[in-house]
Amino acid sequence: MRIALHALPWLVAIGAYFAMPEQLPLLSAIAIAALFALSLDLLVGYAGFVTLGHAAFFGLGAYVAGILGQQGWGEPISGLLIAAAVAALLGLVTAPLVLRAGELAGLMVTLGLGLMLYEAANKAAFLTGGADGLQGVEIWPVFGAFRFDLWGRTAYLYSLAVLFVLFLLAQLLVRSPFGLSLRAIRENPKRAAAIGIPVKRRLAAAYVIAAAYAGVAGALLAQTTQFASLDALSFQRSAEGLLMLVLGGLGTLYGALIGAAAFTIAHHTLSEASPQFWQFWLGIALVALALLGRGGLMGALRRMTRR
Amino acid sequence: MITRRALALATTATLAAPRLVQAQSGNFRIGLILPMTGPFASTGRQVDAGIKAWLRRNGESVAGRRIEILLRDDTGTQPDVTRRLAQELVVRERVKALAGFGLTPLALAAAPIATEAKVPMVVMAAATSVIVQRSPFILRTSFTLPQATAPMAQWAAANGIRNVATLVTDFAPGLDAERAFKNRFTAAGGRIALELRTPLRNPDYAPFLQRVRDAAPEALFIFVPSGEGAALMKQFAERGLAQAGIRVIGTGDVLDDDILNEMGDVTLGAITSHHYSAAHDSAENRAFLESYAQVLPNVRPNFMAVGGFDGMHLIAEALKRTNGNDDGERLVAAAKGLSWTSPRGPITIDANTRDIVQDIYIRRAERRDGQIWNIEFDRIPQVRDEG
Repeated sequence: MRIALHALPWLVAIGAYFAMPEQLPLLSAIAIAALFALSLDLLVGYAGFVTLGHAAFFGLGAYVAGILGQQGWGEPISGLLIAAAVAALLGLVTAPLVLRAGELAGLMVTLGLGLMLYEAANKAAFLTGGADGLQGVEIWPVFGAFRFDLWGRTAYLYSLAVLFVLFLLAQLLVRSPFGLSLRAIRENPKRAAAIGIPVKRRLAAAYVIAAAYAGVAGALLAQTTQFASLDALSFQRSAEGLLMLVLGGLGTLYGALIGAAAFTIAHHTLSEASPQFWQFWLGIALVALALLGRGGLMGALRRMTRR
Repeated sequence: MITRRALALATTATLAAPRLVQAQSGNFRIGLILPMTGPFASTGRQVDAGIKAWLRRNGESVAGRRIEILLRDDTGTQPDVTRRLAQELVVRERVKALAGFGLTPLALAAAPIATEAKVPMVVMAAATSVIVQRSPFILRTSFTLPQATAPMAQWAAANGIRNVATLVTDFAPGLDAERAFKNRFTAAGGRIALELRTPLRNPDYAPFLQRVRDAAPEALFIFVPSGEGAALMKQFAERGLAQAGIRVIGTGDVLDDDILNEMGDVTLGAITSHHYSAAHDSAENRAFLESYAQVLPNVRPNFMAVGGFDGMHLIAEALKRTNGNDDGERLVAAAKGLSWTSPRGPITIDANTRDIVQDIYIRRAERRDGQIWNIEFDRIPQVRDEG
């Protein structure tokens, strides 16, 4: 029963591939958003550390993979790994700055870092293409066999596979002693320190891991669309990631998947139905969903199943 | 692997079958991607209304097929969304032409989709030279910045302006404008006192204009995207640049007809060069204004609206020439070399470059009947992009 429940989202995702062959670009967008929300869940949901600048890692990953593809290294999987490494490195460098400041000030630091990277990418037009976006990205076929096609088949299966692997890894991570110590820190950092958990080091580790995850998500976007733009680094991206996560439910991993799917589908349907006025309806939908109560969609699901 | 391929074949077969039946009959669907929200929403609204004005005037049936427009919002600042929308429109909605494209980055992002899907992509707003080279399926009915800028530089040099500062938005069209102005103006003996670039998103013009004031050139050449002119001219007035004797010259984007009236007296006397003014005196333009007023009353059409109107005309003419056949390569072939009289004047889609060739007008902002208009007083016939 439990295993069936765990397999359900993945069965739905694979079923969607066959049931909606015309919706694959949207489905890929959902898988990528889900990975980004998942990376936020590790940091916000488990470690209890809120950030407003997570798009910095997403965008960095996108540009690293994009620039690799532009400069003649279009192998997708190594591209993902390099993007993850670079994003993790940025996380490692900035973690002391962010953690040093404490809760609210730390929030400001993440915001500041995000804005800085955005402007830097905007100014470094020789490298990033500036406001015009990165042109001429070429990504080779996955495993040398599956070309990124117009229908988005490869893009979706590739994104889904990466999401699946990283989801399993995240699940191992949050169940490990390391993951449990993060939860202890979230509940009460002082007490966690008192029982001998190195709070700063653990938070820094969570920050770096989340950065690497976000970098992979960004790299996926750049590879599947063969394009990268400043929008990947924007504050809106960070905010939407948090929205998805809160919508789905914090600290459950599945919440990130459900939230990303719900948000992206709502966004898509509403903007198609009313191109001029959709943001208003999206706002209403979000407020209504927030009234579902604590724990977002996951919380609501749990309450329903318990009854 | 085999099952995958079999499945792909099966899907293609089932999807292709109904398409064959309805290929030459049924609706001709056009995917229209525009910024309908966000900072460039005015562009989307104008292009959309321009297309509606054309349909209202000429009817929705062309070569026995009904034109169906599918409008999508890309918010103007997210090229990856533009690209995904283009992909969806082609794959899911089976549109036979893509149209719209408010800004250069958005058009560039969608270009590979047009190439791969082999559908014509009609650029109705974006204006960087390089766009048409990004796909053999791109056709343009807007304008290019070098096309609009070079005549301005020439006019300035010929009319005793020797010392100019330039201020452009820091993205591809702005850089095109800056380069075109500089090349022409310095070749004619002029001097560029100062070159400034403002960011595309959330620009604050005040500090830039202060630097212009300090440099005290005879004139300031401006390019900013449609809709941004109001904020810029407001700062221009507040910083007292007009009192300091600095004249405004620029491409018509700055004195956009949509918002020209609200900009007020600071615009009076400004000289701009562009391909369309709502004040253009011709029977075609009067007819266009009339149809447009039925779609959007109380809004003055600007050059974006004309881009939409002419883009729709181009698609319709191409469809007539193929007798309703919607094959992308045939449509593009039919569109190449077309000439007609647009509300802006005579225009041609160049058969080689697929770019637009048109008259560029030099205009002065003047008050007539209580409203401000860009009054055309000189014309450079049939200008090509020289980007």
